[in-house]
Amino acid sequence: MINAASKEVKEKYDKLVNEMTPKSPHLKNIIMAFIFGGLVCVLGQAIYDTSSTLFPNLSSTELGSVQSIVLIFITALLTGLGIFDKIGNIAGAGTMIPITGFANAVSSTAIEFKKEGIIFGLSSKMYFVAGPVIVNGITASVIVGIIYYLIDLIF
Amino acid sequence: MIETLILYLKVFAVGGAICIIGQILIDFTKLTSGKILVIFLMAGIVLESFGLFQPLKDFAMAGVTVPITGFGSVLAKGAIEAVKDKGLLGALLGGTTAAAGGIAAATAFAYLFAMLFNSKTK
Repeated sequence: MINAASKEVKEKYDKLVNEMTPKSPHLKNIIMAFIFGGLVCVLGQAIYDTSSTLFPNLSSTELGSVQSIVLIFITALLTGLGIFDKIGNIAGAGTMIPITGFANAVSSTAIEFKKEGIIFGLSSKMYFVAGPVIVNGITASVIVGIIYYLIDLIF
Repeated sequence: MIETLILYLKVFAVGGAICIIGQILIDFTKLTSGKILVIFLMAGIVLESFGLFQPLKDFAMAGVTVPITGFGSVLAKGAIEAVKDKGLLGALLGGTTAAAGGIAAATAFAYLFAMLFNSKTK
């Protein structure tokens, strides 16, 4: 039952992505990806620069976190309001490749599965689409850490 | 002032160019969006591990840190720096600690806004 519903949403998601992509003219898609992707990054830079003025005691790493957190907040809000999907349809990779794409994948899946309940729907399935980013990212970071540790031991 | 303008142009151009690569993968391959995100993430982890991400970051700042490659670099950098500081324990603490802000924000904001809003696509 749960698996069937998950599969259904995954199929729907893939279908949506497919619908959006192959039929539309490639050049227009590429131009839109460039413009929107560039704009999202400029927004990120503006958040970074504003935070570094407002909170001068934050390190550059912490400012980087603020930059991601604010972009994720904006994405989650726009996804909830149903605005992000409309922008994403035009922007394609322009909003998918930035951190906004990751945030949207989590938010839209959480909203989609809310109907199956807060615990077994929303909570357990919100990472259905974006989970691979966390799983592969954290695992790879542990492997990189261990390799660096071994290199330090040997040399 | 002119320096800021040049920085923002670099951010726009590099960030846009990275998204063009993503759009080409969407349009000309059968890769799903989940796989494309993981490919970009892994690219960030590999670049950071070989010390190649920092020069890109010095050049284009948010142009490379906002794309999901930046998230990969944060994870790898966190692990590498924590290992220098704490030894083997750092391999397990570093990555997730460095990425905590993004993971917590994505989880908590998605949760809260999902409680507030209902699906619009029906």
